[in-house]
Order: sequence, then structure tokens, then C-alpha cells
Amino acid sequence: MKEFEYTLTDPEGIHARPAGLLVKEAKKYESKISIFKGAKKGDLKKIFTVMGLGVKHGETIKIQVEGPDEDAAAKAVEAFLKANM
Amino acid sequence: MLTLKGKSVFPGIAIGPLALFHRNTVSTAVRPVEDAEAEVTRFQKARETAIAQLQGLYDKALEKVGEEQAAVFEVHQMMLDDDDYIESVETQIREEGLNAEAAVDRTAQQFAEMFRNMDDDYMKARAADVLDISHRVEVELCGGQGIDYSTYDEVILAADDLAPSETLQLDTDKILGFVTSAGSTNSHTAILARTLGIAAVVNTGTDLHNDVDGHDAIIDGTTGTVYIDPDAETLAAMQAKKADEEKRRAALEAVRGLPSETKDGHRIHVFANIGNPGDLPQVAASDAEGIGLFRSEFLYLGRTDYPTEEEQFEAYKKTAQALGGKLAVIRTLDIGADKKVDYFGLAPEANPAMGMRAIRICLTRPDLFRTQLRALCRASAFGKIAVMFPMIISVAEVRRCKEILAEVRHELDEQGMKYDPAMQVGIMVETPAAAVLSDELAQEVDFFSIGSNDLTQYTLAIDRQQTTLDAFFDAHHPAVLRLIRQTIENGHKAGIWVGICGELGADLSLTETFLKMGIDELSVSPPSVLPLRAKIRSLDLHGTK
Repeated sequence: MKEFEYTLTDPEGIHARPAGLLVKEAKKYESKISIFKGAKKGDLKKIFTVMGLGVKHGETIKIQVEGPDEDAAAKAVEAFLKANM
Repeated sequence: MLTLKGKSVFPGIAIGPLALFHRNTVSTAVRPVEDAEAEVTRFQKARETAIAQLQGLYDKALEKVGEEQAAVFEVHQMMLDDDDYIESVETQIREEGLNAEAAVDRTAQQFAEMFRNMDDDYMKARAADVLDISHRVEVELCGGQGIDYSTYDEVILAADDLAPSETLQLDTDKILGFVTSAGSTNSHTAILARTLGIAAVVNTGTDLHNDVDGHDAIIDGTTGTVYIDPDAETLAAMQAKKADEEKRRAALEAVRGLPSETKDGHRIHVFANIGNPGDLPQVAASDAEGIGLFRSEFLYLGRTDYPTEEEQFEAYKKTAQALGGKLAVIRTLDIGADKKVDYFGLAPEANPAMGMRAIRICLTRPDLFRTQLRALCRASAFGKIAVMFPMIISVAEVRRCKEILAEVRHELDEQGMKYDPAMQVGIMVETPAAAVLSDELAQEVDFFSIGSNDLTQYTLAIDRQQTTLDAFFDAHHPAVLRLIRQTIENGHKAGIWVGICGELGADLSLTETFLKMGIDELSVSPPSVLPLRAKIRSLDLHGTK
């Protein structure tokens, strides 16, 4: 299992379009990818869940990846977050 | 006469009969279902059709308004593909025995409610997206009779609000304009209307009903006013205003695709200034002959760490490719002064405009500079890119920049990576020092681009943000104009081209002056391209040069 934290720098937080792109990225991998905001947990492959967390600028999220391609998936999601959010 | 006040979305004027927008009423009433599995299949088929329609809308939007605005239809497809959404509908069909229409409607309400309960306005507004996509599925379930948009011909449309998908499907050659009682100027619908150039007023706060259907109306998008059953006086005034507006626009459209040349055949180039690749559709729509200033700062702003070479390469490559062989002048990093970025770790300064900024940062931290230059060189293999260094004050600085560029090219050669060896290298002339030394600097580069905003502020020692100094400020100060003339003359003596990329370039009262000085290129914001070209084409320099 891979795990990392990320603090959002995008002033708008996770808006619809970036949420869509993030989900699209996550769906490229077979591993189960979860997103945590505080006590709330959601599936990163579901757009309504990701939007519903309402992650804002400056908030920290935790990403947990578990599965056959977890190394690649964790790396890709982290790179995506850094580049876009 | 009924007068409504709303918010203007696009400053056009429309005069014509009002038509109330009717959505297909779909029946989402609960009815008994015998075969739940057949009902699930019906839902799945409708859902797939809806996704295919959204893909069609995405393609249409991509072509009409660009990727940025089209993205909403991609997000809508993903929403219809969301596992929780699908599961909710299917569970209600299987376990509660609902028909597909009712199950979709209940799911839509539940998801919309989740958004409405969120604590920020942007997320609350996403409830509309859920209802929009669900409505699309419901229409399919009810026989697939979509709204017949062709019935709206030569009318002003009145609605409570319009979904982006609805706006996009309106035939903009036939719809004169639209007015909505709700909606905001930041909605996707508003942005689409602006991009498509439809006269529109939103958020009037007044619902229009059947009693005004077909009545005469006027939208004045310049003031955000809507008149219903206008009196003769208002009608005449608006007709005159509209005629003026159309004349102005027709004059601009008439120069689209034509060269930027004076009556006596003196030709220059009119380019556009942009801040990020998202503005590329605007550049295309503006009919600019190239990009004269691409501010690369956007790559560095709003993030926590430096952008990688690959990220930069992708952005520059996209720009080069989008321009299809036209020149794109990319200015290297101009951070500092009013643009601060935390991760650069720059010390606070008493006078940032004269402090650690732009090329000074790059030459102090060459690794940073190298990364950007590598990305730029690699992208130059995919189109016509020029690189431009900002805030230059000495010949030694330019030589140092060129040395680093040569090292980067050598490195790329060794790694077998492609670049354009003929890529032009230029500098911004935005300090009095550069203007005074322009004869020497011209020996070092392929072009000059005069940054008139900074050149004015540094020459006059006046901060433009300081409104108390307005009495002392002269945008056409003779000292600045003399420096510009000198820069152009020195550039031409060395055989290089000289442009202006600051606000003065778009100042039509100076166009003739600059042309007489011999300026080769003016780079302005995309909406200023056609007005500037029209101005150039109206001039005759014969006998005045």
C-alpha cells in the first residue's frame, strides 16, 4: 500500500473540471485509490465523491493506493496533483 | 413599456420578438414496473445515448469555443459514468420497483441536494449540472424527443436560466439574444454567450410568462437593460445605437484576413499578447498574425514548486503547434515586482520594481533559467518560436543569456534532441538603459520589443498604480516617445526588427506616430487586433514620412 499527503495550492480548490481530470487519471490504474479529507473517505475514481468532499485551497488530503500497479498509480496521481492543483 | 435591469454578459444590442423557452416536459411520475431488469436495461440505453450526445456537444464546443469551455461537457459525461450515480438509479429500480424515469429523477434530486448543502457557492451551483445531465437521460427515456431548437428563429429568447448544453445548441445565426431571470455572469452559459458573441442579459430577477410571449423586446447588452413593449422613442434610440454598433463591427470584420498595411502600402505586423495557452482560441479568433508577447509566468504562478522541463515543454509546444507556423515570441520568466511566488524564496524588498526580478533572477539562478531554455528550445522544433529576455540593462547581460542558451543547445545536441537552430533571440526594451544603449544591444539580438509600460514608469519615475500622481503623468510623454524612436532607429541601423508590446501599442492616437517612426510590429490584447488593423489601413503616410 502506498500513501501520501498533499496540500492544495490551487486558489479555487478542486473544481469540476480538475476533479474530472483527476478521476480520469485515477481510472487509468487498476489499484483501488482512496482520497481522505479529515475523517471523510472517498473513492478517487468517482467524480461525485471527489467533488462532494469540497476540498479547498490550503486543505490537506491523503491519498491511499492499494493494488497491483500501486507504485505507478501513486506516482502518477501525486504528479498530477502537483501539476494541476 | 416594461424595463428590466440585469447583468450584461455580452455588449451587443438585439431587437425582436420575445420567445419563451420551453423545455420538454418529461414525465417522471411513478408507474408500476413488471420487469425490473428490463427497466434497468432501458436506463442503461438512455444513459449511453445521453453520453454519446454529450460527446457530440463536446466536439461542437471544442470547435466553436475551445477546449477550456468545452471541458464542461466532458465532466458531464463523467458524471453520467459515475458508479454511485448509476448504482443509485439501479437500486431504486430493483429494490423499490420504480420505473427508470422516476429513479433517475429521485437520484438527480438526491445528488443535487448534496451539492446544495455544500458550503461554497461554486459547489452549490453544481446542482444545476446534475439536474441537466439527468434531464437529458429522462428525455431519452420519454422517447428521445429533444427540444426542437429550430423553432427559435429571429427571436429574443427568455428563460429562467439556460444550461450550457442548451446555449450551445441554440443556432446563434438565428437567435438574436437572450434574457434570463436567474444565472450569473460567471456561469458557463455566460462565458459561452460571450465567446459566441450573443447579446445577453442575465439575472434580471423577473420571471417572464406567457403573457409577453411574442411581444416586441430590446436587449441592450451595453447597459444590461431589457425593454419589453418599448415605446417609439426607446425603439428609435436603440435602433440608432444598434446601427452604430453594427457599423463599427462591420468595419472591423471587413479587415479580417487582410494585411496590416497603410493605404500607400507600408506593411507591419499586428500580433497578440497572451498570458497562457488557454487564451489560444482568442488569438485565433482575433485574427492576429502571431503572438508578440507570451508571458511565461503563468507556468510559475499558483503552485508550490517549480514547473518541470516537461510541463513547460508541453505548454510551449502546444502554443507553437496552435500557431501553425506563425511566430510566437515567448518571454522568459518575469517574476518579481508585483508578481510574487512563495517558493522562489525572494527576500522582501523596499522597492520591488527596481529589485530582484525577471532576468536578474534567471542570471542569479542559472539552473532555473536553463530548465526554461531547454523547454523552449525543444518546443521550437514544433513551430516558430522566438525567445525574449526581459528587464535587460546591459550588453553583458545579453551576452550571458546567449552563452547559457548556447550551452543548452550544445547539451541538446549531445542528447540528440531536436530544436530549431534558427530560433530568433530578442530582448525587451523596457528600461531607459536599454533604450539608450539600443545601438550596442542591437548588435547582439534578432529583434527588440519595447515594453512601453515599464519604459514609461522608469523613464518618468512615476508609479502607474499611484493615482495621486495622475496630474504629473503623461502617457504620451515626449521623453518616452523619443526613447522609442531612438530604439527603432538603432534597431534598423543594425538590420533587426522592432516592435512594441506594451499598452501604447494599442493606443490608436499613436499608431500614425509609430508607423512614421518605422515600427515593424505592434502586439496588443486579442480584442484590440482588428481595431488596430482598421486604423493602420485608414492611414496614408505618403509625403508625411
